[in-house]
Amino acid sequence: MSTLLEVSGVSVSFDGFKAINNLSFQIAERELRAVIGPNGAGKTTFMDIITGKTKPDEGRVIYGDKSVSLLKMSESKIAQAGVGRKFQRPTVFEDQSVFDNLMMALKKTRGPLAVLFFKPSAEDNDKVADLAEQIGLSGALHRKSGELSHGQKQWLEIGMLLAQEPRLLLVDEPAAGMTPAEREHTTDILREAAKTRAVVVVEHDMEFVRRLNCKVTVLHEGSVLAEGSLDHVTKNEQVIEVYLGR
Amino acid sequence: MTDAALPRRQPFALRFPSVMIFLAILALFTVGVTILSEGFGIGVISTSFIKTLGKTLCLCLVALAMDLVWGYCGILSLGHMAFFGLGGYAIGMWLMYARTEIIVLESLAAAELPPTPEEVSNGIATQIFGVVGSSEFPPIWAFAHSLPLQLAAVVIVPGLLALVFGWLAFRSRVTGVYLSILTQAMTLALSLHLFQNDSGLRGNNGLSGLQNLPGLDDVPQATVSLWFFWASALALGLGYVLCAWIVSGKFGSVIRAIRDDEARVRFLGYPVEAFKLVIFTLTAVIAGIAGALYYPQAGIINPAEIAPIASIYLAVWVAIGGRGRLYGAVIGAAFVSLVSTWFTGGQAPDINLGVYTISWVDWWTVLLGLSFVAVTLYAPKGIGGLIDLITERKSPNRHGASLGPDQGSLREQEAEK
Repeated sequence: MSTLLEVSGVSVSFDGFKAINNLSFQIAERELRAVIGPNGAGKTTFMDIITGKTKPDEGRVIYGDKSVSLLKMSESKIAQAGVGRKFQRPTVFEDQSVFDNLMMALKKTRGPLAVLFFKPSAEDNDKVADLAEQIGLSGALHRKSGELSHGQKQWLEIGMLLAQEPRLLLVDEPAAGMTPAEREHTTDILREAAKTRAVVVVEHDMEFVRRLNCKVTVLHEGSVLAEGSLDHVTKNEQVIEVYLGR
Repeated sequence: MTDAALPRRQPFALRFPSVMIFLAILALFTVGVTILSEGFGIGVISTSFIKTLGKTLCLCLVALAMDLVWGYCGILSLGHMAFFGLGGYAIGMWLMYARTEIIVLESLAAAELPPTPEEVSNGIATQIFGVVGSSEFPPIWAFAHSLPLQLAAVVIVPGLLALVFGWLAFRSRVTGVYLSILTQAMTLALSLHLFQNDSGLRGNNGLSGLQNLPGLDDVPQATVSLWFFWASALALGLGYVLCAWIVSGKFGSVIRAIRDDEARVRFLGYPVEAFKLVIFTLTAVIAGIAGALYYPQAGIINPAEIAPIASIYLAVWVAIGGRGRLYGAVIGAAFVSLVSTWFTGGQAPDINLGVYTISWVDWWTVLLGLSFVAVTLYAPKGIGGLIDLITERKSPNRHGASLGPDQGSLREQEAEK
């Protein structure tokens, strides 16, 4: 499998505090990866750097077949290049219907003029219907997304990400605030998604990570502490020390 | 998955009944006013009140623009009345030039030798700029002789200013209150510049006599006022349809999303800055057109009209009428500006409290301020929110759910067919 994203030697500091310290990370196409780490390990900053929200002080972020650097691109350009991101807190547009939310996320030309003259085709409507099916919101297409439950909002956001058809999916704590049944459904959606694209999941919950059954990267103080299967990393002395305290 | 759950593409008019209702009311209003007018009807409504109504329609149009940029896209611009004023200045320059030209030609016709173009030009310049102690045309009057060019300026000058200003501001990711302050600074700078005598636009005298159309001195104001009234109604109708079309589709979805969570829209891949720039520029152009229709009815434009307070009033109208719905903006602008005319025109009876007499000419702004605060705190939907009370009573929105308890019972979408 070829490498899709390569982060190498990246550092960033905020007011002297090194949030990310010489971090290197690679993910192949169609790979599922979990990133774990204690609070303040730099997980969210790591995602901010990939998606262009934060510019690192040094290092490289190379993406895709053409090995383009993401550091010079704006957030919207990076998203258009195929990097999708799900935030910790579900951020759907509550004022608008589930249908509108999904239609907005559907992979299309993003320029203002193209959007102004956009008319959904039958095919687009079908795609939205299929996505709604996948995330279990078929019956709620016309409800305002603000009326959905917390778990449903999480799914809607995942659905919006899938609608973007990204090649790399970054998911921040997808299972937060979900019931056990909802968590299981979420695991299925993520595993299914990873069959066609690379997926990086940041998660606190070890049980959830175990169910994902994938390679795990442990972050600590802004750099990679260990990498491998979950069983492998949980046997690592340093990891135990970081998680259980000194 | 059946198609029944998906919205069918109905005709625009059916999907947005409010547009049709609005156009019908506007048409009825226009016909009604015409019938009651002095110019073409039975003369119940005075010409000056026709002008007030025509001006109100223009204010409704600029309020639509404000609603689009603020209510839908979340940019609290305090500069849209400046674009409105620029549109007025652009048309005013031609009106003043062309009328003065006729007067000068008449006065020079008595001379023995036919006047040279230079003499004519100097004559016009002296007439127009004598009041600020100049007798030469400033460079910005280069196109004032041509109606088509000045009409183009009505659109181009506000549009270009908005484009450049918006590009600089949005590119630097200036948002929220900071952006409002920036737009206000632009407005203030513009009005202070125009207050100067050497600004080329007659300083604080402004442009006057705009109610007289060049070459049409024989046409009574009663008729001219109706022409402008009709033009304003037409512009408002077209503007409403345009705005409704913009906000109804995916573009509307995206700008409302930008208002609610700009960062998230960026991560969806939409170039947020470009969308804001398009909306900011487009609404500036609409404001310019509204201004070009307003000032010939007002008869005079001066830099005070561009002062930031005017743009703040505009925001107050839209807030009181109801942000985020087009008819709300229209209702707010019409209601508040007409009520304001009534109070400040001295028609409102003073209230004698014995120790103090409340004179509305002075106290109106206090009342307006209090109602703004009250609306913001207690009725954020504004006057437009009252419409919800009617529509919600008529047809409850079941969000497309089944209408009955049984499996396979009619769903709302099917029932609507």
